[in-house]
Amino acid sequence: MPESEHSNGTPLRRSFFAKAGAGVALLALAPGVRLVELAMARLDDEPVSDEHRWGLWVDSSRCASGCDACVSACNEEHGLSGMDRPETDAQWIRKVDLRDDTTGRELSLPLMCQHCEEPPCVDVCPTGASFRREDGIVLVDKHICIGCRYCMMACPFHARSFIHEDLSDQKTHSPRGKGTVESCTLCVHRVDEGRMPACVEACNNAGHEALVFGDLNDKEGRLARTLAQKESDELRPDLKLNTAVRYSGV
Amino acid sequence: MSAGTFQTLRPSAPFWLIAGVAAVLALLGLAGAHHMESAGHWVTGMNNRVVWGLPHVFAVFLIVGASGALNVASVSSVFGQALYKPLSRLSGLLAMALLVGGLSVLVLDLGRPDRLIIAMTYYNFKSIFAWNIFLYTGFLAVVAVYLWMMFEPRMNRFIRSAGTVAFIWRLVLTTGTGSIFGFLVAREAFDSAVLAPMFIAMSLSFGTAFMLLTVMLIFGLSKVPVHDEILRRLRSLLAYFVIAVAFFVAIDHLTRLYAAGHTGVEKFLLVDGGTYPVLFWLGQFLLGTVIPVIILLTPRLSGIAHTVVAALLVLLGALAQLYVLIIGGQAFPMDIFPGYTETSSYFDGVVAGYTPSLPEIALGLGGIGLALLVALLATRVLPFLPQAQGDRPGA
Amino acid sequence: MGLLLGGIVPWTPATVYAEVVKPQIPPARGEQCVEPVEIMRRDHFDFMKHDRDKMVHQGVRAIRHSLAGCIDCHASKDAQGQFIPINAEDQFCQSCHVYAAVTMDCFTCHAAVPATALSQSP
Repeated sequence: MPESEHSNGTPLRRSFFAKAGAGVALLALAPGVRLVELAMARLDDEPVSDEHRWGLWVDSSRCASGCDACVSACNEEHGLSGMDRPETDAQWIRKVDLRDDTTGRELSLPLMCQHCEEPPCVDVCPTGASFRREDGIVLVDKHICIGCRYCMMACPFHARSFIHEDLSDQKTHSPRGKGTVESCTLCVHRVDEGRMPACVEACNNAGHEALVFGDLNDKEGRLARTLAQKESDELRPDLKLNTAVRYSGV
Repeated sequence: MSAGTFQTLRPSAPFWLIAGVAAVLALLGLAGAHHMESAGHWVTGMNNRVVWGLPHVFAVFLIVGASGALNVASVSSVFGQALYKPLSRLSGLLAMALLVGGLSVLVLDLGRPDRLIIAMTYYNFKSIFAWNIFLYTGFLAVVAVYLWMMFEPRMNRFIRSAGTVAFIWRLVLTTGTGSIFGFLVAREAFDSAVLAPMFIAMSLSFGTAFMLLTVMLIFGLSKVPVHDEILRRLRSLLAYFVIAVAFFVAIDHLTRLYAAGHTGVEKFLLVDGGTYPVLFWLGQFLLGTVIPVIILLTPRLSGIAHTVVAALLVLLGALAQLYVLIIGGQAFPMDIFPGYTETSSYFDGVVAGYTPSLPEIALGLGGIGLALLVALLATRVLPFLPQAQGDRPGA
Repeated sequence: MGLLLGGIVPWTPATVYAEVVKPQIPPARGEQCVEPVEIMRRDHFDFMKHDRDKMVHQGVRAIRHSLAGCIDCHASKDAQGQFIPINAEDQFCQSCHVYAAVTMDCFTCHAAVPATALSQSP
């Protein structure tokens, strides 16, 4: 019986063992990086569960104003080639520059889909295309999105974008097309392979390390331990969305 | 009422002219929608900040008006006001025609209108929008049954029950439409419980204005004189409904002005937002409320022409109101970081720009054209119009 | 009556359309398809729809019938060795879909060439 294949052509079993082997090796080399081991524990043919809740920590004190490595990485990863029409071009993550009205303090931070536990976008979607996966990632099922943009009205963070024109040369792992709505997927295709989102990786490579990705449910993991020690909050706390993205220094 | 006292509209040159204009508008609307769908929404004025534009203004206008247009029939069937009985059939027809027009604009503006079947088979019942899809299509069915009760003499005894169902359905539908905006907690201009009753008042106001205009148009075309008393009462009703809308609008704004954090959006909509204050004070308040109320409540200004002007002004004011509500509410930036001034590449912290584009205007007007066309053609085919019964000619 | 029937029968679709060319499907790479041809012909859309819901909503990535999998084997290359979009005219999908007059929507969103042809994430 022919085996199902990955897009790179290697049979499933072989690639699983290769990655599991890499995971174990990584574990031996970097004891602090528990994320990879946990993600690999789920076989590719099992549904995700609420055992994990993927989240992000943003340390605005380490975020450099003028740097947009995270934005470039996201655009590159998902093929978000703009049309030089900033008002209608998609932006999944953006840098926001803030200035305190009272004290004049300036800071900078990235803003993306907050992957709320109680997402307004999921509540209002008429077809259920906007949904929250069991492991906390909020996504758009573009097969049933009718492009009504109600979720864009409802999102408290302007996280969503609507695709205003025909697209071509999409990335295989990031299908997107005219007439549907999209937003940051927390790089779900990477997370399901045990990697971290492109923005986090880029921020690390740029030397700022302002973004930390991890499992909010793993109390021993780096993300949960950081949030337990450092002061942080969600954006627009009055809405009580219990977001998966937490900010420090705002 | 037996069929003998109703008639179909006999065609005439003015009839075909108006129907022709309506058909052209509808076709232009289709052309606009086709352009929007094939090229993508970048050809419109809508963008990632103002996601609902002129088509939605027209769609809500027509849908809310549809709900209110049924009021004359409801008042007759449910509340027993026999005076309006001759107009019940026309009222039901107008309700269906306006809803069809509004729905078509709404559907044609979707990013994926080809997925209408998906919209009708996949439901997320937590979404008020999903409920509305159900309520709108159900409304067409309910009014169709209601009309059947009126047309078929053997079913006349069920008119009251059907009318009651339609009346309740109408109220739920309009509450649902208002709640589309009222349930948006993230937006300062919308998040309000008063939007639901405001929309009910709006439906009564717009619907009665549409009804008045339709009555005068159709009766003019068929040379059936309008009963004086009906005109007089509808005029007063319209005035009171317009005042009711103004009351809810005032409450809505005053509440927001009172709360400390929300004065920014009020200042934007009422004072320094450019287009929006102009539309609000000149369009909604002056032209859409004050002047029509004066005309409608002044006995000396009760001629046909005066009434037509008043009704048209009410409808113009309605469009202005919906433009300020829907588009103004989106243009004002959301306060994601209270206490900070924000700038970004995604237009945070700044007022979003929006200019209606030609395809959108065509689509919106196309909805009106379609509603008019449906209503006119239906009066040719079925006896919706009352016959003259020795009434005194209208003043 | 017999004359009438004799006049009608030659006009049945089987005879009228006997000259329409059947789809010429370009050859695929790989050993064999994940399902036999008869099953694929009738059920490929059901496979894709079921598996896509499992993948998108439940994150089940080990799917037999992934769209990307189809494209990997069934995309052809042109003379310069570049992959031709699989939904282009006379390519794998359209050769049958045009014959059957069925529109497909997949490539509004999905990449029409194999993943290795595009710069993927490092």
